[in-house]
Amino acid sequence: MSWILLVEQTLNGLQFGVMLFLMAAGLTLIFGVMGLINLVHGSLYMIGAFAAAAVAAATGSFLLALIASLAAAAAAGVVVETTVIRRLYDRDHLDQVLATFALILIFSEGTRWVFGSFPLFLDPPDYLSGSVSLPFGIEYSRYRLSLIVVGLAVAAGLFWMIAKTRIGIRIRAGENDREMIGALGIDISSLYTLVFALGAALAGLAGALIGAIQSVQVGMGEPVLILAFVVIVIGGIGSIKGALIGAILVGLTDTLGGFLLPKLFALFLSPSAATSVGSSLASMSIYILMAGVLLVRPKGLFGGV
Amino acid sequence: MKREFLLNGGLLILLVVIPAVAWFTDEPFLITLVTRAVIFSIAGIGLNFALGFGGLVSFGHAAFFGLGGYAMGILAYHAQTYTPMLEWPVLVEGTNSMMIIWVIAIVVSALAALAIGALSLRTTGVYFIMITLAFGQMLYYFTISWSAYGGEDGLSIYVRNGFPGLNTMDPIQFFIICYVLLLVVVYGVYRAEKSPFGLMLQAARQNEDRVQAVGQVPYRLYLTAFTISGAITGLAGALFADLNRFVSPSMLSWQTSGEIMIFVILGGVGRVFGPVAGAALFVLLEHSLGGLSEYWHIYLGAILLGVVLFARGGLFGLIAGREVAHD
Repeated sequence: MSWILLVEQTLNGLQFGVMLFLMAAGLTLIFGVMGLINLVHGSLYMIGAFAAAAVAAATGSFLLALIASLAAAAAAGVVVETTVIRRLYDRDHLDQVLATFALILIFSEGTRWVFGSFPLFLDPPDYLSGSVSLPFGIEYSRYRLSLIVVGLAVAAGLFWMIAKTRIGIRIRAGENDREMIGALGIDISSLYTLVFALGAALAGLAGALIGAIQSVQVGMGEPVLILAFVVIVIGGIGSIKGALIGAILVGLTDTLGGFLLPKLFALFLSPSAATSVGSSLASMSIYILMAGVLLVRPKGLFGGV
Repeated sequence: MKREFLLNGGLLILLVVIPAVAWFTDEPFLITLVTRAVIFSIAGIGLNFALGFGGLVSFGHAAFFGLGGYAMGILAYHAQTYTPMLEWPVLVEGTNSMMIIWVIAIVVSALAALAIGALSLRTTGVYFIMITLAFGQMLYYFTISWSAYGGEDGLSIYVRNGFPGLNTMDPIQFFIICYVLLLVVVYGVYRAEKSPFGLMLQAARQNEDRVQAVGQVPYRLYLTAFTISGAITGLAGALFADLNRFVSPSMLSWQTSGEIMIFVILGGVGRVFGPVAGAALFVLLEHSLGGLSEYWHIYLGAILLGVVLFARGGLFGLIAGREVAHD
């Protein structure tokens, strides 16, 4: 049945989108609060994945691996923020891009030096492997379904934190007026470190969770980083809600585009031509989506401020 | 000003003297290395036109570099296999004439820059950076999935394209072609910088409102600059593909965009000769550090970080001082 495949692909798209949200949320928070364009976010994603793979190989526990990914990425985030990133807040975006690009080179080669060029493997735990039966006879991977649940839970937690907790209030205040919250006696520099570490931990978690589906290797972070950029451009920079909606839009477009476009072209082209045209167009579809959103709303869907 | 002038002249002379010496001592590898630096210089000058003069931080210039490369690759591939590019509605054949390829590379990348610029320039600042990056990725993935021209494996060309009266397979002769093109581009950009358009563009970078107040449209200035910038980088891409006789999607990767940006920054933003110094320094580092360690990107990263944090004018800023910078 083709529609069962369609439901599966939709769930895959949702899963991809939710994971992209974990990356995009950190990026958009860091930009919103500190005004920093942070390319090193992809390296933090990679560090999370490598930490998880190393810990899983040593202990055999997936849960410990996830904790390790959070801790390692957050720790790397704190180190990078206090040594380099802090000097970049007052610089223009060009300097920020270049300095964080330099950090990517250092992190990528450093990881290659420590772990070698061969990919590592991280397996989902036994209790999450196999598939689950959903209504209407749909079988779906238990691990991917857990990713959707975990991602949505993290998103809900993040929304709650931003809306209800003291930290969240400070973060929102920081987005609105940096000087003012400093004047009100809040230690700006530790708030910045905290936000950066939070974003880093989310990126590391995403790296570990995705690392169990794909291989863990140097350079895994940058394609995701660029997609996360597309997400926050679509959603509006600085908006967590925009990041969530943008991430799911991008996830669905990417997955369903790859699935449906070749079928669509098969209606009026020969099968081989349909596959090649369809897959070429599918690989460009999210950028076309982005261009479309920008034509209508140059500041993104929720970037009115 | 005098120091900068001396540095410019020194650079141009150095770029000729090294290959000349290498030619006498019969070291073709060294000539190829300098040719590489010359081609990277042209790519960097292209980006600098948008970045330095217009303040447009494009993180997607690899797209134009790669399009230039593919223009060369596709035309030469069809000439090599004697297959027409297009049979209908008009017959279009491939070519292996360098000059025709240059023109087509320039036109194709200028058109791409016009389209990408028209969309991206609707935004500013950090949005612009991310969008140019995203469009670069779009073309990168497109070339990967374009199986007719090699897909991920790229295209190999067996013989370098021809130039009337020269044997382009001879490293020194190909170097001379690239060097003369560099001189032409440098002169053109120098004239453009001093032209009414160039002055207005730099004024727009410094203060958009005032430029608008005298009746100019910043968007049009930026778009023109972005298009010229893409065209120059596209020419460099065609030369680079000819140098390697190979073109692949990696020319369009975001790392290439980052490297073109490094040429500009290492040398000094907003100076005509900045990217020449930066590209030469980059090739030098690549060669010397690459021989030192397999992980030379760590050192490159550290140097770049040092330049951004502590030496913001790049090489030119260190030697010629900041007072002549264009900001």
